[in-house]
Formats: sequence, structure tokens, C-alpha cells
Amino acid sequence: MCGTCGCSGGGEGGTGTVGTRIAVPHAHPHDGDHVHPVAIRGTAGGGETITLEQRVLAKNEDLAARNRSWLAEQGIVAVNMMSSPGAGKTTLLERTIRDFAGLRPVAVIEGDQETMLDADRIKRAGSTVVQVNTGAGCHLDAEMMRDALTTLAPVSGSLVLVENVGNLVCPALFDLGERSRVVIISVTEGTDKPLKYPYMFAAADLVIINKIDLLPYVDFDVARCEEYARSVNPALRSLAVSATTGEGMRDWYDWVAGQY
Amino acid sequence: MHELSITQSIVDAVCERAAGRPVRAVSVRVGMLTAVVPDSMRFCFDLTTAGTVAEGAALEIEQPPGTARCRACSEDFALADLVLLCPCGSADVEITSGRELQIVSMRVG
Ligand SMILES: [Zn+2]
Repeated sequence: MCGTCGCSGGGEGGTGTVGTRIAVPHAHPHDGDHVHPVAIRGTAGGGETITLEQRVLAKNEDLAARNRSWLAEQGIVAVNMMSSPGAGKTTLLERTIRDFAGLRPVAVIEGDQETMLDADRIKRAGSTVVQVNTGAGCHLDAEMMRDALTTLAPVSGSLVLVENVGNLVCPALFDLGERSRVVIISVTEGTDKPLKYPYMFAAADLVIINKIDLLPYVDFDVARCEEYARSVNPALRSLAVSATTGEGMRDWYDWVAGQY
Repeated sequence: MHELSITQSIVDAVCERAAGRPVRAVSVRVGMLTAVVPDSMRFCFDLTTAGTVAEGAALEIEQPPGTARCRACSEDFALADLVLLCPCGSADVEITSGRELQIVSMRVG
């Protein structure tokens, strides 16, 4: 075992006892990079070892790449909107749909574990919407995205807003083929949310801090939250809005326009 | 519980490649900076392999530590979490390991 970093493998051992070692280079934070044998090819005793060396999410990533090129060909911008439950995502979408009326076609892919409640709200706001019920699933994936796009059939030039399942962990790992990723948090949550859910903030292009109309009543530090968010993702942009009063929404619309 | 879909992807890929042969062990690499919890993965592995050629297979998880290289001072340093800060104070760093999520190998027969 590698004494400094404690990674498994090391100079001895491996997964079998016979045959050729396949060494995989492995970077170390200390001096003296070395290789760890991670697989042993052989047939005696333990059967045959097959080296795969493939990305776990390769299938999803391939599908996402196909979605991405289809969207680009159509001149459609898809934005993956992620948040914890209650951040005000649906309200932000409703206002966006109303304010875009007559300016740009908006279509919504609504991911929820159960119910049609959010999809009904979106429809009432004037957008075409496809509801994807994930059941026990905690995120959308590229296949659900492809199926939803097929059903939705957005016209070219559309803005497709994907309301992902309310959850700040799982959706961060699944590429849908979207143009960009937005994480929405509200001032009724903790200032330290970016440090508690770093994967989501590391994967996002934009953070929207919502419900700023409530700032006088809550203990939330916008500047510090933005600082935490940038500590896990220096390139992350941020906007502060109130989807209820409309304050700051202009900045969000400008950001959307910049995605085309 | 994204570990369930992730583990399902691993089991699907492994069973496809096994082409009917029994799978004895599966070796995966899960970097310390991925949002994947090995214990959850083990739990999901037993669930998703049930009734497949990989039922009863051992799951070996290798966990590369988080490391980064600082663009300001050119030092390599360990990264315990996703807060990107070099000991020199610079935040201009590049993650060099810890985000791996790969199926390394499997043993069949
Ligand atoms: Zn440095």
C-alpha cells in the first residue's frame, strides 16, 4: 500500500495471483509518482480478468452528447435548473414564461418524483410542458431528456427549461445534454449551502439566489454565499433575484439571451 | 440515492461484457472527490446484481485521493474536499485526481 496517500493496491497483491499485471499510472500528491497494479490477467484459480477501463456513466454521456448536438442543430437552448425543494424554482419558471411571452418560445421539461402539480402550474403560465415522473429516481438522466424532447418537440430557437428533481446532490452527476446548468437557492436556506453541496455548485454555470425580497427577515449573507460558491467553482456566475416581486429578473433574462 | 443508478450502470456494463459467464469480482475506481459513497454503492451492488450473472460477485473499490495543481505556484497538493485553495493562498487550481468514476476490470469464470 502507498504509505503516504493510503490508496489501495500498492506494490504487492492485486485481484488475483497469476498472470500479467496491468499497471495503471496514478498521480500522487507527494513525491515519487508510481504505478499501482489494479488488475491481473490470468486463468488459473480465479478465472479470467477482463480489463474494462471504461467510464461508469459512458452510456449516459454518449446519449447526452447526442441530445446536445440535436439541440445545437435546432438552435434550441436547454437550461438544466436544479435546487433543493422549496427554493422557488417553479415560481421563477412561471414568471420567466410570462415575461418571455411573444419574445421567444419557451418549453418546459418538468421532473418530479410524483404528481402533476408543477406541470399544471407551468401550463397555466402559458408554456408547453412535459412531465417526467421519476418515481423513486432522484434525478433526470439523458435518456429521460431525449424522450421528453421527443414528446415536447420544441420549435427551433426555443428556450427549454428543465426543472430537475428537487435535490442538490444526485442531479449534479448526470449530464442531460443541456447548454448550461443553473442552481437556485433561496435566502431562506443557509448561507453555507454551497459548502454543504459542493458537487452541485462545482457542476453549475450560474447560481441564482432567489427570494431576496425576504432578506430583511432572514439571516442570510448574499456576498458570503457567493464567496463560498466560488470557492468550489471560481468560474461560477451569480445573480440575486426575487421571482415574486420581479426584482433582478432582468439580469436572468439577459443571461439567458447570452446563451444563444 | 444516485448510487443506485450508478451501480446499475456498472452492473449493466459488466453483465453485457460477461456474455453469460459468471462474474466473480468487479473492480471500480471511485475518486474521493466524486459524490459517490462506497458503502451505498456496495449496498446497491448486492441489490442490482441479484438474479444476474454477477450475483454474489465481490465489489472492489479503489479510491484515488483528491489532488490538485496550483497554476500560481505550480505545486501539487492534496485536496480533502472541493474547496479549491492552494496552501499558497491561490484559488487558481486544477483538480488532477479524485473525480474518477470508472469500471476498471472484472473477473469471470
Ligand atoms: Zn499555489
